[in-house]
Amino acid sequence: MSAIGELSTMTRRKGPMTKEEKKANGRDNKAAYIFLLPWLIGLVAITVGPMLMSLYLSFTDYNLLQPPEWVGLDNFIRMFGDARLHNSLRVTFTYVLVGVPLQLGVALLIALVLDKGLRGLPFYRSIFYLPSLLGGSVAVAILWKQIFGTTGLVNQVLAMVGIEGPGWISDPNTALGSIILLHVWTFGSPMIIFLAGLRQIPVMYYEAAKVDGATTLQQFWRITLPMLSPIIFFNLVLQIIGSFQSFTQAFIVSGGNGGPSDSTMFFTLYLYQKGFGQFDMGYASAMAWFLLVIIGVFTAINFIASKYWVFYDD
Amino acid sequence: MTKLQTLPAASGSSPRKDGKSPRRRESPGSLAFSRSARIKGLVKHAILIIVGAVMIYPLLWMVVSSLRPNDLIFREPGLWLESLEMSNYTDGWSALTHPFGHYMINSAIVVLGSILGNLISCSMAAYAFARLQFSGKKIFFGIMLLTIMLPFHVVIVPQYILFSQIGWVNTFWPLIVPKLLATDAFFVFLMVQFIRGIPKDLDEAARIDGAGHPRIFLRVILPLMVPALATTTIFTFIWTWNDFFGALIYLTDPDMFTVPVALRAFVDSQSATSWGSLFAMSIVSLLPVFLVFLFGQRFLIKGIATTGIK
Repeated sequence: MSAIGELSTMTRRKGPMTKEEKKANGRDNKAAYIFLLPWLIGLVAITVGPMLMSLYLSFTDYNLLQPPEWVGLDNFIRMFGDARLHNSLRVTFTYVLVGVPLQLGVALLIALVLDKGLRGLPFYRSIFYLPSLLGGSVAVAILWKQIFGTTGLVNQVLAMVGIEGPGWISDPNTALGSIILLHVWTFGSPMIIFLAGLRQIPVMYYEAAKVDGATTLQQFWRITLPMLSPIIFFNLVLQIIGSFQSFTQAFIVSGGNGGPSDSTMFFTLYLYQKGFGQFDMGYASAMAWFLLVIIGVFTAINFIASKYWVFYDD
Repeated sequence: MTKLQTLPAASGSSPRKDGKSPRRRESPGSLAFSRSARIKGLVKHAILIIVGAVMIYPLLWMVVSSLRPNDLIFREPGLWLESLEMSNYTDGWSALTHPFGHYMINSAIVVLGSILGNLISCSMAAYAFARLQFSGKKIFFGIMLLTIMLPFHVVIVPQYILFSQIGWVNTFWPLIVPKLLATDAFFVFLMVQFIRGIPKDLDEAARIDGAGHPRIFLRVILPLMVPALATTTIFTFIWTWNDFFGALIYLTDPDMFTVPVALRAFVDSQSATSWGSLFAMSIVSLLPVFLVFLFGQRFLIKGIATTGIK
């Protein structure tokens, strides 16, 4: 079961402890906490501690040099009037809401074509998977910067058929699109999860459907899609959470400034500029918590909506 | 289940008109079927080859371009090479304050530290979660799952403050120590899943022989979870090697640059004429990831598939 599956079964199951659990409870406490010690220290010192600290800092004005000064809700009020922040939200939402469905759509489509023992499957799978390993690197972002430049590879190819392409990454209308395309390019890892999911659908369902004369399309809508829906859901949740945090590609392609004219100014990029460019740590903390709330809301919506379309076999 | 159960019932209730359609496969007319299946297969291969070629082309073109004179990079979209130009590699290697190898060694140190950290700390935590009963287990396990989804940015500002107060900025510690403390919960989860699949009888047998938890962990569980450890090693390698954000924040001294920040410094400093050497160093930086992919893809694919589903 996936991490998300476990979380939702944990919240669903509220019954009393089983006998076995009761009997065993407390027996290994000492050993368990020793084994957990590094993780517990990490949880307190690296995760929960800094989270609480950043919550506190979000109500302060802090530049690393002077001690933090309590300013109440000032940072959050500032966020309401910050036009660049609003723009960064728009850019990020566009990236997530266009990039994620597009990437998952391609991943599913290719997984469907690849499924059912096609010859050469391992070869194709490797080819499609490779970009998702390289896609997060600075090197590929550099490549993208060249490819979608004014005299880059894309325009060189377009020129061969007589089309004069725009300067994709220097034009505010197409810059974000180029970065979304980079995200779609990394469809390999969700594709592998889809492939594994497809393989778990019992063949007898399809056989039964064939006996009853169901068409391929009917089989897809009535068997494949419902059976795959938990996997689609899992991919959707993970990709949305991950995409909200995208940083490297926009940073490198835009040269660190989110340009042209803020068209690739991701929320995380703006956060970085505020926190580590201007050392406005209070404001950056407030932004980080805002990001957490946004991601939380999106994930919650996802979970609630999943009740209507995700189908669990158990 | 409802949808699936109604489907066969619903369509089964309507009588088949020809009565032979479901048997088409076994009928003597199977020649027609196999031909259409072959065409279908060909179409599939055609789609896959085209999509694959479009995806891989930019990478191949970057490799070829890194072996070309600079001016050709902006004129030549093809893949043929007239001569091998190695100067991009030699120029790029020494274009920054230090030879590029210096940054690769820095990256290698961070990568090795991170791998070691993840292997030790995550496997310990995973053993506790998968095999031991203790108070607060459910809550801790839930928290661990939630931290997988926690955005890094929420903790980065105070983490930076913490590490800068200890004097760790421009050292590798801020990048390695969190791994020693199992903050990559993804791997804890991956290993928990794996340990759950190891028969408990083995633990029981060891316990009857008088082994305590440390012995069971080291002698029974660890040797059996080598595939999960391999997956962890490979993923940690790739993610740490590619990690840009952490290095960007903590490493500002060129002495300490890892490969991604060194490349970024290269992009910022380069004039329009040095794209060739920039490409060359990009290829060099991708090479380790590519090699790991080549030899470790079995573990990568298994790792993704298992954490994704069961």
